[in-house]
Amino acid sequence: MISELMRIVRLGIKSLLLHKLRSFLTMLGLLFGVAAVIGMLAIGEGASFEALQRIKALGSTNIIIRSQKPPQTQESTSADVFNAVSYGLTYRDADRIASVVREAELVVQVREKPAEMRQGPYWVSSIVLGTEPEFLRVSNMRMREGRWLTPTDLVRQKNVAVLGATLAETLFPLDDPLDQTVRVDADRYRVVGVLDELGRASGSVGPPLDACMFIPLTTSRARFGDETTTTSGGSFSRERVELHEIRVRLREIDQVIPAANVLRTLIDDAHRSQNDVVITVPLELLREAEESKRLWNFMLGCMAGISLLVGGIGIMNVMLATVTERTREIGIRRALGAKKSHIVRQFVVETGVLSAIGGLAGVGVGIGFPFLIERLFGKPTITLPEHVILAFGISAAVGVAFGIYPAWRAANMDPVEALRHE
Amino acid sequence: MTETREVIAEFVGVERHYEMGTTIVRALDGVSVRIRRGEYIAIMGRSGSGKSTMLNLLGCLDRPTAGEYVLGGKRVSELSDDELSVLRGKTIGFIFQSFNLIPQLTVLENLEVPLFYQGRVGAESRRKAEQLATRVGLDGRLDHKPMELSGGQQQRVAIARALMNDPLFLLADEATGNLDSRTEAEILSLLDELHGEGVTVVMVTHNERVARHAERTIWLRDGKVERIVENLDRVDTYTGGAHSGVAQPSVGAAGEEAR
Ligand SMILES: Nc1ncnc2c1ncn2[C@@H]1O[C@H](COP(=O)(O)OP(=O)(O)OP(=O)(O)O)[C@@H](O)[C@H]1O
Ligand SMILES: [Mg+2]
Repeated sequence: MISELMRIVRLGIKSLLLHKLRSFLTMLGLLFGVAAVIGMLAIGEGASFEALQRIKALGSTNIIIRSQKPPQTQESTSADVFNAVSYGLTYRDADRIASVVREAELVVQVREKPAEMRQGPYWVSSIVLGTEPEFLRVSNMRMREGRWLTPTDLVRQKNVAVLGATLAETLFPLDDPLDQTVRVDADRYRVVGVLDELGRASGSVGPPLDACMFIPLTTSRARFGDETTTTSGGSFSRERVELHEIRVRLREIDQVIPAANVLRTLIDDAHRSQNDVVITVPLELLREAEESKRLWNFMLGCMAGISLLVGGIGIMNVMLATVTERTREIGIRRALGAKKSHIVRQFVVETGVLSAIGGLAGVGVGIGFPFLIERLFGKPTITLPEHVILAFGISAAVGVAFGIYPAWRAANMDPVEALRHE
Repeated sequence: MTETREVIAEFVGVERHYEMGTTIVRALDGVSVRIRRGEYIAIMGRSGSGKSTMLNLLGCLDRPTAGEYVLGGKRVSELSDDELSVLRGKTIGFIFQSFNLIPQLTVLENLEVPLFYQGRVGAESRRKAEQLATRVGLDGRLDHKPMELSGGQQQRVAIARALMNDPLFLLADEATGNLDSRTEAEILSLLDELHGEGVTVVMVTHNERVARHAERTIWLRDGKVERIVENLDRVDTYTGGAHSGVAQPSVGAAGEEAR
């Protein structure tokens, strides 16, 4: 049985080699179909993986509430110059959130202040982020060395700082930053710790944390106050923002969506729909990302289906031509004792060989292609084995399905007519 | 002496009609003949007299419209398509005017085709193929493709292939029609030899010189048997073993006779 099948397969290969170019071109159809499916799925998978990682890094039980400059005050006229534009989250908001959202495990306040940081000959302008000890937990960051901000630091308004990984690198390219000082304006801060790098996930919402300097919330308030003056293009404007961000962590994932709704109402009431606060719910983003990934996969599936269908039609076309061309051979085989089923088997196997080789080559190209994308564009790609199997399986199925009709035609020829065929 | 031999195939009032629009062509119109084991029969007649039609029916490639064809004790018209294929594969050896070898296969592979369809693959069929190739004088050509052989050589391969299944009879339609006269003589003497060794041969020909190799000639006319002639002036190149001719001193002859 096995040796019989081997023989049919070998015969199939021989017959295909009879028309090398034609067989090759037919295979190309399937090859590109399969390669496109695998390649596109790998790129899509890579892209959505990255997006999902970013969102997950925000914490799926977190809700991030940020101040934003409301659109109507953006075109500030000269009349406003002496009055500070006041917007965004307030300390009262923070208190209210803490008392209304009972399921909150943590409510963390954040103040951001753009500033220049200096250390010896090095300087960089970045953001000084004033916050509370719980920030470390809600931001999913880890210490590389030293310690994080403590309640005592806050109570005593200490001038201590924890540096983000890239900031530490910039200011202290050669030395260990611990116990050294960083200057911001006229103040000196003692470095007590350095954070691990967050990498890609850093700063998808809010400032890039890897480049920030972290100080106690109380220190930030005492040193910088709530008003910021920015000069741009000869004119200057003053803004008053108490808090730039409030992060809320909930205990359970089920509490996230209800809590987000409560927060929205609460913020709307307090800010009279001023549009100066944005609420980001990572869990919602995650759901959206997953939904769009599903949609993307479905679209890919359709495109893949179409390209494989085209490949299949190509195969059928060629096999019909082959059958016509080999009418005489079919007649001979029938005269020598072949049943109809033998003829069907022969041509189906031949189509199968053709599509299997095309499919395998497509798998090869399809696996290689994402590598190339990764090398050239630095985009991550993920080739899942199930996608490879799926693509190959579909191509094989398409090949065989489209081979059946030509084979059936071949088998049902009248042997006498077939033998007379020129 | 003919009458004493066993009947292996019999036509009883066989008809074969073709519908051409409204008219019906009676390609065969009531033919009754018997073929006995070991006979050598020629079928002659004008073009369109039904010779090929008769041969196709004898070879189970086609079924009679009316009448009865009994082959090896079976009524052909009662058989299914698959049964017909099996019967054909086991009992008949075809030789065609245009050789009809499968071009992409080597000589050896061509020879193995009939046994393949009976599920007989492997050493046995290979040995048999080698033996028959030697028998028809094609030593050392087993790995050649048909295109690399002359017409005469291709027809030898076809004859060897027709013998692979130890058929009840060989059916040859104008087997020498595409060959020059010298090669024709070679092929005819090969057939003479096979007949001498006990093989039943039925051949269609236009050529009286060719027909003279047969023991009997069936003349067809308009689908009917016109007459059956015993060839008294029969040419027989068979000398009963090693002999001149073109065929190689028959190495495989012993095996053939043993059948
Ligand atoms: N498939 C067919 N359809 C219609 N008519 C056919 C068919 N096959 C054969 N015939 C007719 O049957 C008759 C006998 O044909 P057949 O081929 O048996 O003749 P033949 O004796 O072999 O002739 P030739 O010597 O030219 O080969 C012819 O009239 C032919 O036209
Ligand atoms: Mg004819």
